Formats: sequence, C-alpha cells, structure tokens
Amino acid sequence: MSLKTSELPFKERVERQVHNEIMRRAVVKAQETIGANRQKMVDELGHWEEWREAAKQIRNHVLENLDAYLHQLSEKVSQNGGHVFFAETAEEATDYIRKIALEKNAKKIVKSKSMVTEEIGMNHVLEAEGIKVVETDLGEYLLQIADDKPSHIVVPAIHKDRHQIRKDLQEKLGYQGTETPEEMTAFIRKVIRRDFLEADIGISGCNFAVAETGSLCLVTNEGNLRLATTMPKTHIAVMGMERIAPTFKEVDVLITMLCRSAVGAKLTGYNTWLTGPRLEGETDGPEDFHLVIVDNGRSKILESEFKEVLRCIRCGACLNTCPAYRQIGGHGYGSIYPGPIGAVISPLLGGYQDFKELPYACSLCSGCNSVCPVKIPLAQLILRHRENIAQSGMTPLTERLSIKGFNFANAHPAIWDGSVKIGAKLAGRFIKNGKAPIRAGALAEWTKARDLPQPEGESFRSWFANREKN
Amino acid sequence: MNVNFYVTCIADIVKSGVGKHSVLLLEKLGCNVVFLEKQGCCGQPAINSGYAKQAIPGMKNLVETFEVNDYPIVAPAGSCVYAVKNYPEYFERFGESDWAARAQKVADRFYDITDFIVNVLKVENVGATLTGKAVYHPSCSLTRKLGIVREPLTLLQNVKGLQLLPIHNQQTCCGFGGTFSVKMAEISGEMVTEKVMNISEAEPDYLVGADVSCLMNIAGRLSREGKKVKVMHIAEVLMQNEKGEN
Repeated sequence: MSLKTSELPFKERVERQVHNEIMRRAVVKAQETIGANRQKMVDELGHWEEWREAAKQIRNHVLENLDAYLHQLSEKVSQNGGHVFFAETAEEATDYIRKIALEKNAKKIVKSKSMVTEEIGMNHVLEAEGIKVVETDLGEYLLQIADDKPSHIVVPAIHKDRHQIRKDLQEKLGYQGTETPEEMTAFIRKVIRRDFLEADIGISGCNFAVAETGSLCLVTNEGNLRLATTMPKTHIAVMGMERIAPTFKEVDVLITMLCRSAVGAKLTGYNTWLTGPRLEGETDGPEDFHLVIVDNGRSKILESEFKEVLRCIRCGACLNTCPAYRQIGGHGYGSIYPGPIGAVISPLLGGYQDFKELPYACSLCSGCNSVCPVKIPLAQLILRHRENIAQSGMTPLTERLSIKGFNFANAHPAIWDGSVKIGAKLAGRFIKNGKAPIRAGALAEWTKARDLPQPEGESFRSWFANREKN
Repeated sequence: MNVNFYVTCIADIVKSGVGKHSVLLLEKLGCNVVFLEKQGCCGQPAINSGYAKQAIPGMKNLVETFEVNDYPIVAPAGSCVYAVKNYPEYFERFGESDWAARAQKVADRFYDITDFIVNVLKVENVGATLTGKAVYHPSCSLTRKLGIVREPLTLLQNVKGLQLLPIHNQQTCCGFGGTFSVKMAEISGEMVTEKVMNISEAEPDYLVGADVSCLMNIAGRLSREGKKVKVMHIAEVLMQNEKGEN
C-alpha cells in the first residue's frame, strides 16, 4: 500500500520522530511562519466565517451531486478532445497510466506535485517498467533524490533543513555550491530543465476540475507544473473523484480559501487552467490528454459517517496548527496523509490494520476544526474512528476491561460514591511529592513527563457531606 | 438562586479544593448550592476512547440525577460541560430518542462556572484580591468547543492586584486530552513540556485556568521541572482577598 511511509511500529516511529531535532525545529518554524501568514490573510480578507460557510456549502453541493458532476465533467473533457478513465481502485489507475506510458514508448516522465499519485503508488509502477519518473516540485525532487517520503501534504520536505539538503545534493548530484536556498534551487532548476525537454509524458494532479467546462485548475508556486503539462506530447492528470467544482464561479471561492489556508498567500505564484489537449491551429500544449479519476475507496467514504471529510481541499492548514503533528511530524504518522486530515483519511483509504493508532495521536483539542476552510469536524471524525476501533474489538484487553469497570461503577451511584471516597483517601496516602509507589500502566505513562497531582486526601463529596452535618 | 454543583471526578477525587472553592464562591455570590450525591463522571474516559456506547448507562445515571430539580448545574471544568452537552447526540445515535430529549433538557442547564457567574449571575467583579503576575490557560474545551473566551478573562482582569501576562501560543492545547495523556504519553509529554516552556518564559507567579484537568497536567510538568509557579483554578483565585484565602 502506497499510503504507508514506514514499516516501523507506530510507537517506534513516534519515539524516533520526537528525538529528530532537525525535523522538530523545521516543523515548529514552518508552523509558526505559515500559521502567522495564514492568520494575516484571514484577517485581510474579512468575513472569514462567511467564506468558510460558502466553501463548505459548495463542497457539500458537489458531494451531494457527485454522480451528475462526474458525468458532466467526463462529457466535457471528451468533447474537448481528452480521454477520461474512471479507476475504481489504485491498481486500475496505475494499470491505465502504465498502459499509456508503454503505448507512447515513454522513457522519461516529468511530474508535478500530486498527493493522489502518491496514494496510488504510481511512481513505483512506472519505474518497474524501466521508465524514469522525475518529480519536478522542488520539495518532492529533494525527497526523490534522497529516497525519502513526504511528511506534509503541501510542503513535502518540511522535515529537512538546508544542511541536509546540501548534503543530499552533494552526494547524489555532485553539487559544489553553498547552502543558500537560492543557489541550491538554481542548481536543481538547471538539472531538471533537461528532464522537461526530454520527457515523453507529463503527469499532474488536479486541485479542482471544473465540470461545466472540463477544465483543470492547478495552483503551484514554482511554475514547474506549466512545463510538465505543456512541454511533453502527452499530459496525464490524476484526480481524486471528489475534487470537482461546478463552475469557475465556485473555483473562485475554493481557490481563495485554498491559497490563504495552505501557504498564507492571496494566490499562489501560478494559477494554471488547462482545458483539453492542443487543438488544431494552436501553438502549444500536449497532443494527447488523459484524465484519470480515482475512486480508491472514496465512494465508500461518501456513503459512510465520514462523508464530510470528502470536502477536503488538501490545504494542510490542519497540519500547520496541530500540536501533535508539531511534535512527531508527518513521518510519525507513517502515512503520506499525516496530521488531523491524515488521522481521518489514512484509516479510511488504507484500513485500520495499518493505521489504527493514528486517530489516537490526537488530544481532541479541535484546533484543526477551527482552521479548516471547509469546516470539516476533524476532531469528531477522529473520535468516530476510535469508536469503530473500540467497537470492533481491536483495542487491548486491559483497556476494554478497565473501561468496563469504569462504566459499571459510573452507572451505579453507590459504588461510585464509595470508590471516590476511598480513591481520594488512597491517593492522599500514597502519592508523595508527585510520585506513587506503583509505577505501572497508566501511572507509569503519566509520570514519564510529569508528576502526579498533590491530592488533598479527602474527596469533595466527603467534605460537602460533613459540612452539611455541622 | 438554587444551584446544583457538578464536581467532576478529578476535582472530587484528587482536587477537592477546587470543588470547595467553587462552592464557597457560588455561595459568596448569593447562591444556595446543592450537591446531588448520585452524580458520577461525565464519561469522558470512555467516550473519548471510543466507548460511547458502553458509557450510555453512566450518562443515563447523570441525566436522572439532575432531573430531580430544575436548577442550573455549574461545573469547574469546561471539558466535562462539553461532554454533557454532547449527550443528546450520543443517545440519538444509539437509538434512544427519549433519552436524547431528556438529556437535552439537562445539558441546557449545564454551565462552566465562569460562564455562569458572568452570564447568569451577571457578575464581572467578585471583589477578589491576589497580588502577582498570572498566566491564564484558555482550555480547548472552554475556548474552542464551548466558545467561552471572554468570561474567565473578565473575571481575572477584575481581580485586584493581579497582572495577566500573555504567552506564546496561548491557545494551544496543553497536551492533556484525557486518556491521550497516558495512551500517547510521548506526544502528550512533548506538548506539556512546550506549554510549560512558554509559561516559564513569562515568569509568572501563578498559572490560572478554568479546567481542572488541564491544570493537573500542567502542574505535573511544572512540578517535574521544579518550577515555582503556583497552579490555581479560577475559583480558587476568585476566593482570595487581602488577607489571603477567603
């Protein structure tokens, strides 16, 4: 499964990431910078809550009429001279893309950044055919040369610093320059320019597909997407089936929310609108255009209690505000979709077996809910996962038993009353200077980072009862 | 005014001082405080771990307990208030519509203590005095989930001698998260460590909050680091006068 970025067990991943000083510093800096810029853009736009509501309504409308819009989109793309392929699974999507690559006898493919192609594991499939796939987004390129995995859905190499990047460039590409970002970027730019010129196929994702016109709307900051989608003779765009806007009017709202939420900018450096392949008499653009629309579990999500998550426009604002993501970075989650959005969609797309810990890596602080531009109740959906996991018996026996005991006592007032009174006394007797004589289970976990409370030794209810008597 | 006090399990078992001061404060403000002994926990340890279904009998007990009168119900913890506010949704989801309606009536009577003092009792200055510098921790439940932002601040701003200090990332979660603190101890530990770092930078005398559980978490880390910051629940602060404790 290509969602996975690690084979290590969850706890081990977390342990490693928590001690990864470079990642920790980089993520804190990015969260602070992007967070501050986002807030500036939110304040500057004004009426943010109304914008959020509008964006939510647009996305809900699309989801409620998804079948009709998908039909309209595919008709339009075909009329424009493109080909549409509906892939029910990741395998169907990659099979189709591989088939085209083989038909075109492709030796080299340039890619712009796309999470859905990561999700379906496209690169490996193409590489297995001996095709060279070049990531042309700067962050993705840096990860590709270092055989690393993305740790953020918008800023994939967020976990790396310039020293590491320079080292990678030296080792892999013989770079001799300084570690200034500008110089390193210029170097890469020169290297991949050749790839753009040589590529047989360009592959992109899709931020929004406009059903009315069959156009693709793509936002980038590096301009690489324009080269990737116009220089090669063939362009393949891959999109999650929910990424539709009815008309350009709705795209206006969605792009406004996306750019401000994702990177704290009014707009990205490049807004690219593509409507079909090159037509007769036109001077540029690909000769052949394919749109691969990927389901890969989305239809099932649409029918489930997690439906609202399909509103997501992949801005990453929830990652940039999440205090848990801040501590463990994207690699702690072990999924290409990390953070709050990842804790919701990774188990949906990849199953509980691989991703059952993710919904617990959350304090339910709901900071994500507050920043989501399409008002997805992420914290509530994370909790719904916990319910599913607990109800299907995947939780540890000790947990189930202690919860059972707790619920039993809590439903029987006399037992609860007695337990509270005894508990208060025991706590008072045994907890000294923040330590308890028993260091196992929950007590051991709690005291890893902090002391136990200094108990008062008497329950509130005893105090209140005695007071009434006197 | 007659008022039910909902103590919360953490305050009942380990932090009874928070409960006592809340009661004394409500009485000082003219309330007659009733404590219904049949009350239990709001159920969060089970609910937030995914066992909402199994927590239903406990929820029913709490609803029944408070149906004996129609007084407002006041608690010293936003998170427990928020949990009860969600009862109707759980009952509805598990096919217990009658209970959902009953729970709704009880939930509507639930107040966080600062919300109750400012918006029901219409008191913004309780006449307290506490000299020193304080950092207020706005809990996630109170701030983001219940939308109670201004009330605790207003009450604290009116405490004579108390200077409120801002800190970096003030609204960020302290890392408690109920069972999260023991299930994900590494992540939770890092979060509270960062919170304490930000608090310490302001060099306050007091850390004040309105959620007993967050305070227990932050206090645990402050203690581990040997910091001399006194952790106080807002009810304890509001009961201070010139002579010390009221």
